[in-house]
Amino acid sequence: MLKLRDGIVELYRKVATSLPPDVEEALRCALPAEEEGSAAASSLSVMLENVRMARETLKPLCQDTGVPVFFVKVPMGLSQLDMKETILDATRIATAKVPLRPNAVDVVTEKNSGDNTGAGFPVIYMEETRSGTLSIDLMLKGGGCENAGQLYKLPLEELGAQRDLDGVRRCVLDAVQRAQGRGCPPYIIGVGIGASKDQVTRLAKDQLMRKLTDANANSELAAFEKRTLTEINGLGIGPQGLGGRTTALGVKIGANHRHPASYFVDVSVGCWAHRRGRLIW
Amino acid sequence: MVTPVALNLPLSDSDVSRLKAGDIVTLSGRLVTGRDRIHKYLAERPRKEEVPFDLSGTVLYHCGPVVKNTDGEFRAVAAGPTTSMRVDMYEAIVIREYGLRGIMGKGGMGEGTRRALKEYGCVYLHTVGGAAVYLAARIRKAVGVWKLEEFGPTEAMWLFEVEDFPAIVTMDSHGNDLHREVEEASFRRLSELIKKQ
Repeated sequence: MLKLRDGIVELYRKVATSLPPDVEEALRCALPAEEEGSAAASSLSVMLENVRMARETLKPLCQDTGVPVFFVKVPMGLSQLDMKETILDATRIATAKVPLRPNAVDVVTEKNSGDNTGAGFPVIYMEETRSGTLSIDLMLKGGGCENAGQLYKLPLEELGAQRDLDGVRRCVLDAVQRAQGRGCPPYIIGVGIGASKDQVTRLAKDQLMRKLTDANANSELAAFEKRTLTEINGLGIGPQGLGGRTTALGVKIGANHRHPASYFVDVSVGCWAHRRGRLIW
Repeated sequence: MVTPVALNLPLSDSDVSRLKAGDIVTLSGRLVTGRDRIHKYLAERPRKEEVPFDLSGTVLYHCGPVVKNTDGEFRAVAAGPTTSMRVDMYEAIVIREYGLRGIMGKGGMGEGTRRALKEYGCVYLHTVGGAAVYLAARIRKAVGVWKLEEFGPTEAMWLFEVEDFPAIVTMDSHGNDLHREVEEASFRRLSELIKKQ
């Protein structure tokens, strides 16, 4: 497990100091669409320059190295308890070595643990896989954009949102409108629909791990993603919330079955510094 | 490209009143950081003598940096802005009690702060969220720190010496607010979008 621990430390370094190619490419493509000399264009240029500097100097792209969220697929026979301990060890080492900002604060004493570990910190989701390879996905989820997320229970009269995909669309637009520039747009939007609150928030997070360039396997949901992205960008909030054409880079939606009486929608907001990566072992 | 207005810290009354929402500026000189805990602390017991730095005329930057301690010397490694709205409930008191001339962060602030900017002569500066390495490169050194032990490095107040630190005035001392303009326009657009099926 020692070698694996070092592998996870390197995963932390890679995720904290670089942007996935699909996200960087999307930012690059957004630049020519913004008016020359506008706050939107200059913000996008600064973001791209920051990405280059972080990659070259191996410094954290953003000072908020966020809540580390792990999605782990563990082959049968490998202990999940050992896996968790290895992740915690790697987290302590990465915090000192990368360095990461210590973000784990005790709610009662208000003390920062100093090493990014604590009760439920980092967030670790594990599931068993029949595949022989261990796969560890890591997302560093910034606090600003996490705060911008919203959970909805449909129907919702104030938005005219019924229990259908049009209702979901209204929720997504409302969440982005409420977020404005506070969560660092251009955003990546993850949406989860289903029967229970805890499940939809996780499902929305899962969507944030998808590549911007992938297509939803369900053609109706794929069309929904496309239309909603266009509409979000029509809101005019723009990069950094200072106006412009690029408010989001992608919308990704996942749907579970729901209860006849329940229709929960979670909208998870990812900032432009959307740090995610995978380690295959 | 627009040439930025070069500002030296501390700012004077006339510096502030000349600034208009939309102006692109650079800051040089000394500024302080402060986020959630510093704001709560300063607003709950405003005792100027307790703060070891002179805050009058300077800029309070909403930032919890990644700081590296090498042989007793602190260097900012990553130092972008945090969301300003979280400290909105404290900001008017802090501006009034400490004589700040600038508040810097990301995303803008609310009605209470907007009124305080006008009343006490102060501006709100937005700088690019997430551009932490780019911005840390404009911080020459950490000159001092307050509440490091008690609040930790993220929430402490750092005194930074900056050079050509880039920002944009988004809320001026005359009541103009770019964030509010964008929000109102996007709300109108949202209302149209949710009318149609």
